[in-house]
Amino acid sequence: MSHIDTIPDEPKPLVRFARMLWADKFALAAVLFLLTVLVLAVAGPHWLDGAAQKQNLRGRNAPPFEWERGWLWVLGADALGRPLLARIIVATQNTMMIAAGAVVCSAAIGTVLGLIAGYAGKRTGEVILRLADVIMSFPSLLLAVVVLYILGPSVGNLIVVLSITRIPVYLRTTRAEVLEVRERMFVQAAKVMGASGPRIIFRHILPVVLPTLTTIATLDFAFVMLAESSLSFLGIGIQPPDITWGLMIAQGKQYLTTAWWLSFWPGLAIILTTLSLNLLSNWMRIALDPVQRWRLEMRQTRKGETA
Amino acid sequence: MTHLLDVRDLSVEFHTAVGTVHAVKRVSFHLDRGETLAILGESGSGKSVSSSAIMDLIDMPPGKITSGQILFDGRDLLKLPASARRDINGRRIAMIFQDPLSHLNPVYTVGWQIEEALTAHGADRATARAEALRLVARVGIPNPADSLKKYPHEFSGGQRQRLMIAMALALKPDLLIADEPTTALDVTVQAEVLALLEELQHETGMGILIITHDLGVVAEIADRVVVMNAGEVVETGETAQVYRNPQHPYTARLIGAAPGKGEMHMPVPQAEPVLSVRNARKVFGRFTAVEDVSFDLMPGETLAIVGESGSGKSTVAKMLLRLEEPTAGQALWKGRDLFAMPPAELHALRRDLQMVFQDPTQSLNPRMTVWQLITEAWVIHPAILPREKWKTRVAELLQQVGLKPEMAGRYPHQFSGGQRQRIAIARALALEPQLIICDEAVSALDVSVQAQVIALLDDLRKRLGISFIFIAHDLPVVRDFADHVMVMEKGRVVELGPVRQVFDSPQQPYTQRLLAAGLDPDPEVQAGRRAARLALAG
Repeated sequence: MSHIDTIPDEPKPLVRFARMLWADKFALAAVLFLLTVLVLAVAGPHWLDGAAQKQNLRGRNAPPFEWERGWLWVLGADALGRPLLARIIVATQNTMMIAAGAVVCSAAIGTVLGLIAGYAGKRTGEVILRLADVIMSFPSLLLAVVVLYILGPSVGNLIVVLSITRIPVYLRTTRAEVLEVRERMFVQAAKVMGASGPRIIFRHILPVVLPTLTTIATLDFAFVMLAESSLSFLGIGIQPPDITWGLMIAQGKQYLTTAWWLSFWPGLAIILTTLSLNLLSNWMRIALDPVQRWRLEMRQTRKGETA
Repeated sequence: MTHLLDVRDLSVEFHTAVGTVHAVKRVSFHLDRGETLAILGESGSGKSVSSSAIMDLIDMPPGKITSGQILFDGRDLLKLPASARRDINGRRIAMIFQDPLSHLNPVYTVGWQIEEALTAHGADRATARAEALRLVARVGIPNPADSLKKYPHEFSGGQRQRLMIAMALALKPDLLIADEPTTALDVTVQAEVLALLEELQHETGMGILIITHDLGVVAEIADRVVVMNAGEVVETGETAQVYRNPQHPYTARLIGAAPGKGEMHMPVPQAEPVLSVRNARKVFGRFTAVEDVSFDLMPGETLAIVGESGSGKSTVAKMLLRLEEPTAGQALWKGRDLFAMPPAELHALRRDLQMVFQDPTQSLNPRMTVWQLITEAWVIHPAILPREKWKTRVAELLQQVGLKPEMAGRYPHQFSGGQRQRIAIARALALEPQLIICDEAVSALDVSVQAQVIALLDDLRKRLGISFIFIAHDLPVVRDFADHVMVMEKGRVVELGPVRQVFDSPQQPYTQRLLAAGLDPDPEVQAGRRAARLALAG
């Protein structure tokens, strides 16, 4: 809605959010990290693809922090002597595409179905729920194996498979919350005013449910990255020479006792990304809630006073 | 002579994110054995914080007791070690709360919980059981032996409060603190619970400290009263003295705001009703919530529907707005039947019929600004107002309900309870309705705010010619405002007539009982009422 600009005594939303972000230094760091990841995801493959694929058998399992080889080898090299830093950067694109794609798709579909199941009549709700039960009771790995065997492994197919298996999580959470929120007084007030079903769902119910969903989505991000690596391990996910962080962890597994860095660095990349997403979603939950917002704005003014 | 409880110079602060809040400022009062002291105040006056300090219930931090003494039998409670205070709590000082359901554990039987209170302080199982049985019988629960085996949800609200009292009295305390003990109860039940407290006090000689916002409760039960406002004691004295001759302007204002003293309306007979309901009926499964309800509402008039909880008064309102589908009957709005209307026609009609809900905290979406809340009406019904005129109209509406146009950018939580209800009224007015249904619209508000909101509604009725259906559980509230009163009991209409007739010469015994049970703020009038009630009961 665009009539926020008619409100007299509040600063412009953009300025306001920037200030609130500044107030929470952890969230700020998380945003900066995620922006870096985003830039690397877009530019990485063009920039470093050659270096990431070039084998160097004399540098097999080279340990990290040996500066004389050049900055690309800072994090060490893998079993074929390829620099890990370059490989992590190049892998960002595939990893992010699969993880973000699967999370966004499953969250969007799951939420919409959950809203319908919660708000529509009993029969529609039951049908949607049984559908979710079917997906949940079917082993997700088996489903993935079957689908990917038929369709052939590719980024697009991986997204489809992974998002289908994660839909029930969002669906069930959304439905449970909707069932509670729809009985609240302000929903009744909207009904009395003559608001249509879609308007009540999207304008009144969804904003209340959204914070829970973003929290689940950020946690799911890490889950999807690891699920993708186990599919690669089975030979039906992303296949070499393409790389993802999950695949790099899987490949490093057999050298874990002799060359820990093969799995450690991509693992760290996954942890930092999910941690940043978590911090960001935590900040968003407060910043987007008008009742809680003062916590961030307060912190900022207090700092301003002492400075 | 030492008092049973002597609070001297008590100050409590809370350190919150918005700065230090001085909840209680240098408060002093005392209470003797066999005496009832009422602490009277509106929300935020610090009355509950003072009592929590006595029971050591303040969370520290953020709370902090900055000065004062709480002398109980001559010993300063604030200087005692935690274990000694625990021993005093429950054994010598007991407390009952506003909402007994949330203070009884739902997974244990009532008997177990009362026995637990006894055994925790050293009684053995067999004596505890016998004592629990005696207590439950004493507070007037039917079938005491069976009741001990039941769970809290199997009792009614009044019975639960009786059980809480039984539990509090288990250890024969010297002091009973009652925090708004009857606020959640119906008027007739309220009178019974207060009478029970008084009887028990005569038997045991305990001191009662009752915390309330209700002048009627004070008039009914208290010997002396302490009036608190914004953390300070503004007045102390004998109940009758304070009522007759209030010294502090705040006390005078509080007494003046009590409803039920103004001139009653004299409705002019009119020919054409704007709404006429015939034989409305609503059945939930095997339970009949509303049976054979019929009434007429004239344009520009106020009809009050009064009844206790479960009387079906809210269901009637919800049927008129089709929030509940009626089972049978007819409701003619300007000649068209509301109960049989298809959804499309109903949508257009939503403009004419609006509702103001009980609790504005819940009826306003917390994530929308006042601007969004009010303009939503015009987003849904674009025909009412073109977009360029929104701004002036919002300002106009806010002024009409006594708020400032600059407040449009704020969110509901930034307002007080009374202001929030004004926003809800402004939202209803945005649709330019001809009928507003107020479902307990003022019962969650403080007395002085209540009076303002009622005055606002009456003013809107006069200026805009809007009809009102005003649903309440409290008779005095509707006395000054209603033209006609309909009394409901168990889903049926008991009595329906002009306000003067219902209040001055009620025909039905139920209406008479309801009127007698209502608590008048005037202690002398209340004494007379009590006599009348006892006569009715006897």
